[in-house]
Amino acid sequence: MDYTFQYGQVWPYLPYLLSGAWLSLQIAFLAFCGGLLIGTACAAMRSFGKGPLLIVVNAYVIFFVNTPQLVQIYFLYFALPDMGIYLSSYMAVLIGMTLNAGAYLTEIQRAGFESRRRSEMEAAEVLGFSRLQQVRYVILPHVAKVLFPPLSNHYILMTLGTSMAAIFGVEELTGRALNVNSQTFRSLEVFSVVALIYIAVTLVASVLLALLGRYGFRAKMRVV
Amino acid sequence: MAHLELDDVSAAYGTFQVLKGIDLSVARGETVGLVGPSGSGKSTILRVLTGLLPPSSGEVRVAGDVVDYSRASEIRRLRDRCAIVFQQYNLFQNLTVLENVTIAPTKIRGRKRAEVQPEAEALLARVGLSDKLGAYPDELSGGQQQRVAIARALCLKPEILLLDEVTAALDPELVSEVLDTIRGLAAEGMTMLIVSHEMGFIREISARVAFMAEGRVVELGSPADIFDNPQKERTRDFVGKILRH
Amino acid sequence: MELFDLLTYYNVLFLAQDALTTLALSAFGCVLGGILGTALAVVRLTRGKLTLPLRGLALVFTEFFRRVPFLVTLFLCFFAFQFGGLEVSTLTVGCVTVVLIGTAFLAEIVRAGLQSVHPNQWHAAEAMNFSLLQTIRYVILPQAWTVILPPAFGFFILFIKDSALASQIGVVELTYVGKVLNNRGFSAGVTFGTILVIYFAISFPLARLGAKLEKKLGSSRTR
Ligand SMILES: Nc1ncnc2c1ncn2[C@@H]1O[C@H](COP(=O)(O)OP(=O)(O)OP(=O)(O)O)[C@@H](O)[C@H]1O
Ligand SMILES: [Mg+2]
Repeated sequence: MDYTFQYGQVWPYLPYLLSGAWLSLQIAFLAFCGGLLIGTACAAMRSFGKGPLLIVVNAYVIFFVNTPQLVQIYFLYFALPDMGIYLSSYMAVLIGMTLNAGAYLTEIQRAGFESRRRSEMEAAEVLGFSRLQQVRYVILPHVAKVLFPPLSNHYILMTLGTSMAAIFGVEELTGRALNVNSQTFRSLEVFSVVALIYIAVTLVASVLLALLGRYGFRAKMRVV
Repeated sequence: MAHLELDDVSAAYGTFQVLKGIDLSVARGETVGLVGPSGSGKSTILRVLTGLLPPSSGEVRVAGDVVDYSRASEIRRLRDRCAIVFQQYNLFQNLTVLENVTIAPTKIRGRKRAEVQPEAEALLARVGLSDKLGAYPDELSGGQQQRVAIARALCLKPEILLLDEVTAALDPELVSEVLDTIRGLAAEGMTMLIVSHEMGFIREISARVAFMAEGRVVELGSPADIFDNPQKERTRDFVGKILRH
Repeated sequence: MELFDLLTYYNVLFLAQDALTTLALSAFGCVLGGILGTALAVVRLTRGKLTLPLRGLALVFTEFFRRVPFLVTLFLCFFAFQFGGLEVSTLTVGCVTVVLIGTAFLAEIVRAGLQSVHPNQWHAAEAMNFSLLQTIRYVILPQAWTVILPPAFGFFILFIKDSALASQIGVVELTYVGKVLNNRGFSAGVTFGTILVIYFAISFPLARLGAKLEKKLGSSRTR
């Protein structure tokens, strides 16, 4: 147990690691935005759609929510080439994460839509709000307030989830950590530095999201 | 010697000063009524007396012993001597009526169940709840819950009983049930500090009444003094409004 | 068909065994993590100067393991054992990892549950001289467990899928087996398709159970 930490060898790689972190953030952001689009569309279809389309949406959500993202990406990356579809590792990860996010965000948003309160809408109707005004002044603010915290929470989880990309050779933060590790063999130092970068990045995101949630949507949020 | 004494007691929630130098004393076996507008700090006084909120300055004495709020053992001792019935009853929702009454004596004070249970049943019989021993709080009416809370406090065998708005949430019919119970206690010589909006009741039961406003005791005197012949402008104002209702 | 070749007696056994490892790994993480997490949650509810350092430690612990990716925690544990000179199996490393992460996440779930109980229950207990532990044991937990159980169960299901990552250090669980079979020449589509189906077969019924549980607990009274 007499391991001596030598961070000296790892410091020179810090800029390299940080630009990896930047790529992680990009992947998380893109996949989240894509997932949000898919999730909103699917949640709307689940609320209003019927017939075969609804079945497809349900199957998609249930399947992706109940299987590991890692294996989903394995499938995209290793199995699709057999069918003549070649994806770069970056694209496989991005598509996999987007599809996965789409499924989870559908679930989250559906719960949010279902939470809108009958009494508030009735009050609005009595006050003579038009349908559009009801949506604008009553439903949207309420849905945003309810949805914002779980959505931000999922965003943080997705930022952590991007580390999976390393397994496919994408040079994001964890991928670069593996590279640095194989060059310096200072494994504990490398991974502890990387852990701290993840903590810093997600803490900043949490603080910003909590501020936005509190002052933008009057959502009850806290960081720790 | 007074049984319970507050000497220039101040208390705050964070930076918000609620009590600003309270002087009040209750003699052994005496019932003192505490009245005043909403937000004047009545509940806060009772929180100080049960150690839920330590005072920022001043002294609390029970039978002459100064309570040192910085010592956990003294706060425990204070709580053994003063029992409170909360404004919202605060019954344990996961326990039956009987369990609510027996849990503190058995689990916290370590007394024998066989000894506590008959006492608890007797107390519950006294407040008219013998047929509700196995019921849960959410199966009871407000007045019944209130009486369970009183039985729970009494089963702790306190020297001093603190009652917060015992009738606030009750409809008129239930009020009389609860008030009968309290009259009985007063007759037996329990030292009591009672907060209530029920002026008729306060007048009937209290030896003295303290009128509070903005964290201070504005006027203290016999019920007749306070209600019929208030000396201070602030008291007259309050009593006038109350009596007009 | 290739699928039938894959599903030989030996391979099925291989897959079944490793599905069990996957399940056991996350169950282990959730049970031990649940116990330790509850302890952390209680520590974080204490007041006063005496426990301040403990509270700080609990805070750092939960925030650390909730903000570091599973994979990075896994590598950290793996290398920590290696450099510590401890010869342990990769399964042990996997177990330690899931316990650390499970503890952190479940501590937050338990804490939220305990705090969801109305403050007046805490006050009443305090005014009757209950200690913190007595309050939690006799009053708060009996009311909070219906709030804690559904998200804790949800976390367990999520964890089953996360444990797929343990294959990265060679813990023999489902995903690892997928890679092995793939290397033995089975096509990626069939292998990973099968693995996906197995995960689904584990996760979906549990998720349904969780939804039922939530409904049932949600409508029941708190006791
Ligand atoms: N937990 C708390 N945190 C901050 N301020 C509080 C808290 N509890 C009470 N207060 C404030 O302290 C003041 C006194 O409250 P208190 O409950 O003692 O009033 P009260 O006289 O009992 O009123 P009521 O007749 O309505 O019960 C009020 O202004 C209230 O807003
Ligand atoms: Mg009050």
